[in-house]
Amino acid sequence: MDLSSINPTLLLASLIVASTPILLAALGELVVERAGVLNLGVEGMMITGAICGFAIAVNTGSPFVGFIAAAMGGALLALLFGVLTQFALANQVASGLALTLFGLGLSALLGQGYQGIKPPPTNSLDIPFLSDLPILGPILFSHDLMVYLALALVAAVWFVLNRTRAGLILRAVGENHGAAHALGYKVIRIRIMAILFGGACAGLGGAYLSLVRVPQWTEGMTAGSGWIALALVVFASWKAGRILLGAWLFGGISVLQLNLQAAGVAIPVEYLSMSPYLITILVLVIMSADKSRAPGSLGRTFHASD
Amino acid sequence: MTEPLLSISGLTKAYPGVVANDDVSFDIQTGEVHALLGENGAGKTTLVKMIYGLVKPDQGTMQMHGRPFAPNEPRAARRAGVGMVFQHFSLFDALSVAENVALGMENTPPMRQLSSRIRDVSATYGLPLDPGRTVGDLSAGERQRVEIIRCLLQDPKLLIMDEPTSVLTPQEVDILFETLRKLTSEGVAILYISHKLEEIRRLCDQATILRHGRKVATCVPSETSAREMAELMVGSSFANPKRTDHLPGDVVLELKNLSLPAPSAFGISLKNINLSLHAGEILGLAGVAGNGQDELLAALSGEIRTRPDAVSFQGTPIGHKGPTARRALGVLAAPEERLGHAAAPDMSLTENAALTAITRENLQSGGFLNWSATREFAQSIVLKFDVRTPGVEVTASALSGGNLQKFVIGREVLQRPVVFVVNQPTWGVDAAAAAAIRQALLDLAAKGAGVICISQDLDELLEISDRFAALNEGRMSGIRPAQGLSVEEIGLMMGGAHGMEVAHVSD
Repeated sequence: MDLSSINPTLLLASLIVASTPILLAALGELVVERAGVLNLGVEGMMITGAICGFAIAVNTGSPFVGFIAAAMGGALLALLFGVLTQFALANQVASGLALTLFGLGLSALLGQGYQGIKPPPTNSLDIPFLSDLPILGPILFSHDLMVYLALALVAAVWFVLNRTRAGLILRAVGENHGAAHALGYKVIRIRIMAILFGGACAGLGGAYLSLVRVPQWTEGMTAGSGWIALALVVFASWKAGRILLGAWLFGGISVLQLNLQAAGVAIPVEYLSMSPYLITILVLVIMSADKSRAPGSLGRTFHASD
Repeated sequence: MTEPLLSISGLTKAYPGVVANDDVSFDIQTGEVHALLGENGAGKTTLVKMIYGLVKPDQGTMQMHGRPFAPNEPRAARRAGVGMVFQHFSLFDALSVAENVALGMENTPPMRQLSSRIRDVSATYGLPLDPGRTVGDLSAGERQRVEIIRCLLQDPKLLIMDEPTSVLTPQEVDILFETLRKLTSEGVAILYISHKLEEIRRLCDQATILRHGRKVATCVPSETSAREMAELMVGSSFANPKRTDHLPGDVVLELKNLSLPAPSAFGISLKNINLSLHAGEILGLAGVAGNGQDELLAALSGEIRTRPDAVSFQGTPIGHKGPTARRALGVLAAPEERLGHAAAPDMSLTENAALTAITRENLQSGGFLNWSATREFAQSIVLKFDVRTPGVEVTASALSGGNLQKFVIGREVLQRPVVFVVNQPTWGVDAAAAAAIRQALLDLAAKGAGVICISQDLDELLEISDRFAALNEGRMSGIRPAQGLSVEEIGLMMGGAHGMEVAHVSD
């Protein structure tokens, strides 16, 4: 065992990279759940985004276009979920699980012929002066644009939810869809938009895995990130700021897991892999005494009966 | 006569299988309180939803100030000066008062400005309210104030109120009426829906009565007796419940220092409740909703277990026993929530009958259900309690509220309870069905059962109870004989106006 082989600077820098996919996916799911919809298909939307982004980036040579395609792919799959749950009034849990299975299958199909290819590189930013700072430079100021976009998105989601009328209406729809409908808000339209946003974010998160973090395409490469993102939303008790903390924590665990293995520490990897879920369960138990609870209409089917 | 504020002519709305409103016409004048009366399902709610733009009429027109008025969404109705206070509050528990108000407004000012306007309006109309508080923590009376203030901030010309007083203590009702009178003196018209006929006689200038979706009569409430109005609503005369004189027997149920922690985050803890119930008496328990009624019923039915000697039945401690064991002894209960608590919505009436009657009516042998006996039992409930249903195979959710309530009460009464606990026996039930249910409770007591009737309807409690007490924040007031109690005294037992004594309408 040689812990000195772990470089804390590199560890923190890779933590930020590792947390970006789940951060993006969880932010999207946060908005979806605040609108009162439980979409368990995050894993499926992520992996669809991963292959859409990968394939388009390889074919066009532009990771930027790839990310856009990933967002669209994720949103498209989410639209399927939206139509099922909001118009056909299908059960959200069952539809979400089906979406995950469907996404895994679809991505495997789309991904045939893309295995073993290297995607066009996504460049890291080189900010003059800031990137050259010792320690802080590599940790904070030498990442690619998506990392900063994800961080900006945290602030944007927080701002919209808590400081704008649109966010207030979205929260109202999630809190009590009957009352929101009685006040004349278009519950289904608002929820569909939230679901699309959630899908796009999950798609971006998936593409970040296939284009930057790994970077290559393998079947089932999300390997549970979507589920971690779902757990993260609960862990963060539906608050945008805590999503960031949680993503760093969960991302940190996965990085640490690799580093510890490299350093030859004799902890079975499985303990670390299951720790996000254990932490989430713990948080759920603690939260039951807390007042920051789930949105009131979460997972309930809305039907304007009259 | 001046031009009416809102003139409704020939409004018709049909849903598949039912005509909710059929050619309804009437006028509302500026500054009047107009009552809309009718049984459940008479079409009152559909009518106001059309005025508020939630439902589009199939036929008919509305005019406001002589101009055509056809709101296609609530926003348009609000812009035209129509405000609505909903029966089941349209509030968001997790949001603050100010956020709730903002959601019901057009052109919301910035939050800080909105908060100060909420304070101004609440002071003007004697409805104290802190804009920063979370709505989930407010009492029912305070929640209603949020809805009213939400409407008042938009300078409404017409305020629709759907059953506003069902959740208020008598003192809170007085404060509300004072606010409403101040509003009408400023020229606001109020369309007022209520089942409480005495209140309508006190407050309203005009009344329109609906039956089966049609307008059947108009009257001036102050010149019409409550009984006459009730008969106009039902369309026939019905018998008032009659009580027979009999002496109470031995104590059948006793609570000793019953205390319970709150079972859920928005629940109420019970604090040191003592009472003894005699055979043959009806004990009425009043209280505004959410003061421990559900929790007390759960402790009595066995859903929540307590220390054994906190609840005793004929001298035997039963506090530790569950609902089935208590049923076997003869302690039966009918909770308030008909669908989901008292009855399983998607199961047939036969299955629902089996759910509580299986032990006492011997509907099983060796673990197998005896369906024919169960069906007979369900049919006997339908027959004896006049439940209007095509058959016992329909699901509970297909029945109207009043019919299902008759079924739920009948199911317990026919199991010959020794002690019967019932919460809100006639909530949302029309006058004729309510009278029948009250009569059933009186008959049950006359046959020697002890009955605890928890209700928010004071007239009902005074009509049937022998002794009377009130629940307030999980505590029980002293028990007093029901005869000779004034509404004023009862209001005080219920906790007065919940800290609203400081509120006065400023002139």
